[in-house]
Amino acid sequence: MNLRKALKGIYALWYRDFKVFLREKSRVVSSVFLPLFWYFIFGGGVGTISTVKGNYQYFIFPGFLAMTVIFTSLFNGAYIVWDKKMDFLKEVLIAPPSRTTIFIGKMVGGMTDALLQAYILLFIGIFLHIPYTFQSILLSMIMLFMLAAGLVSMGLIIGSFMESPEGYGIISSFIIYPLFLLSGALYPLDKLPKWMQILTRVDPATYAVDGLRSIILGVSSMSLAYDVFIIICFDVLLILIGTWAFNKMKL
Amino acid sequence: MENIKTINLTKKYGALTAVDNVSLSINKGEIFGLLGPNGAGKTTMLMMLSSLLKPTSGSAVVNGFNVLTQPAQVRESIGMVFQDPSSDAVLSAYDNLKLHALLYDVPLRLIDSKINEVLSLVDLEKRKHDIVRTFSGGMRRRMEIARGLLHEPQIFFLDEPTLGLDPQTRDHIWDYIKSLAQKINMTIVLTTHYMEEAEKLCDRIAIIDHGKIVALDSPEKLIRAIGGDIVLLSGSLRLEELKKLPFVKEIKRIDDCYQLSVENSASNLQELLKVAGRVEFVEVHSPDLNDVFIHYTGKEMREEEGDTTEHLRSMSRAIENK
Repeated sequence: MNLRKALKGIYALWYRDFKVFLREKSRVVSSVFLPLFWYFIFGGGVGTISTVKGNYQYFIFPGFLAMTVIFTSLFNGAYIVWDKKMDFLKEVLIAPPSRTTIFIGKMVGGMTDALLQAYILLFIGIFLHIPYTFQSILLSMIMLFMLAAGLVSMGLIIGSFMESPEGYGIISSFIIYPLFLLSGALYPLDKLPKWMQILTRVDPATYAVDGLRSIILGVSSMSLAYDVFIIICFDVLLILIGTWAFNKMKL
Repeated sequence: MENIKTINLTKKYGALTAVDNVSLSINKGEIFGLLGPNGAGKTTMLMMLSSLLKPTSGSAVVNGFNVLTQPAQVRESIGMVFQDPSSDAVLSAYDNLKLHALLYDVPLRLIDSKINEVLSLVDLEKRKHDIVRTFSGGMRRRMEIARGLLHEPQIFFLDEPTLGLDPQTRDHIWDYIKSLAQKINMTIVLTTHYMEEAEKLCDRIAIIDHGKIVALDSPEKLIRAIGGDIVLLSGSLRLEELKKLPFVKEIKRIDDCYQLSVENSASNLQELLKVAGRVEFVEVHSPDLNDVFIHYTGKEMREEEGDTTEHLRSMSRAIENK
């Protein structure tokens, strides 16, 4: 395969996603403000009864960084089902680039979208007096990047198997909210009942939240190396499945 | 010189055979029409020729490349305008075209000038930076025609290029296609279920019904082959008497009418009506492609506006505009 053509194909798909992103400012605003509402209102309220050591709002802030990535990545990836519906996907699939190239292009596009929003929130954290260091900001960015890679792929896989956009809304009830609520974003993982502990360990976002907490606050349930290892495995697995799904995808 | 060749091309969906053993060749530089009713297998043919769909059996060679073994080269050789709008409505015409240019590896420094060039072909250069959502159906189709030409394809596929457009816009699109064929020497393959479109645009036509080619020739020759004029009659007719008339070449029943192929109808009509019995309705016209279609398939080619795809399309437009 010709590398230049492949890179141009990836750039083409990124270009489209980025242009769409720039046009949908209201979506960007809402996806940055939603976590802030949770942070202030939910965090402020529950914080009064919380038994978490230290500031509860600080404790849940890494969870909202992950939340932004979970919501945006999955919705963005699964959006491909609308491209199918609008026949835009035909225009892309009939072009010379291989399905693998198209998958990578869509992944890069979706990740840009999700990460720009997560990084804006990360930056807003400075004004919330989150105890950052220069190093913790940098490592958080890398952690969010790794989380987005897997989750955008997951969204693309779901979207590639969906026949029509009718099921698009179901994704939020059955995938996005479980991923978010089971990630330990809102509560510590240590004292959970057995059944819930198992579920949280199956949720890949758990490791990102735990990793971010360990990077930013220095508290965690698992070691940072273990978190990173699990997320990399998750990424590799989903990118492989995604490439396979795109190569199988029918119009 | 042949530019496209299919050998026993077949596509089956379960028990349904959408394209049935089609072997044809299309020459370089000609405008070739696939004419047939909705569901005849025209779009399926194009999808296989463009390597988007794998044939169940048989094969096709497009611009010298095999669609099964060299799909990337086939895709580089062709441009395609789909039946339904396939551009991103929230982006500008420029962005849609730029995306296309990048996908087709148009050299970066040429992209902007190529975009201007193809947009001026379809008179849209002034709308270059407008969002596609603000375009009318005809403008969007024109933009997609321009987009398909951006990478200078050898072969241009147009799937129902004027479906869902008003008659005036339809005329415009025909003019554009005709002038394109003259300006750029490329092979154009279009599908249509509008007889008039096929008759006006195409050098040669394949009439396709139930996935099979029932006739293939230039529109003039197809029409001439029928011979004579078409006389439509209904009422309580004396068919046996009519059959005896020497100038009546063929009688076909279509719904509750009879279609007669009559030589020299101007001078023979009176005699015909004399023996025809009680006639309630009579119509005389010179044959067109519709009559050719009836001749080969024994049924009318209905123009199904407002069918399911039309309905879906307007729905998707409503969603897009939300």
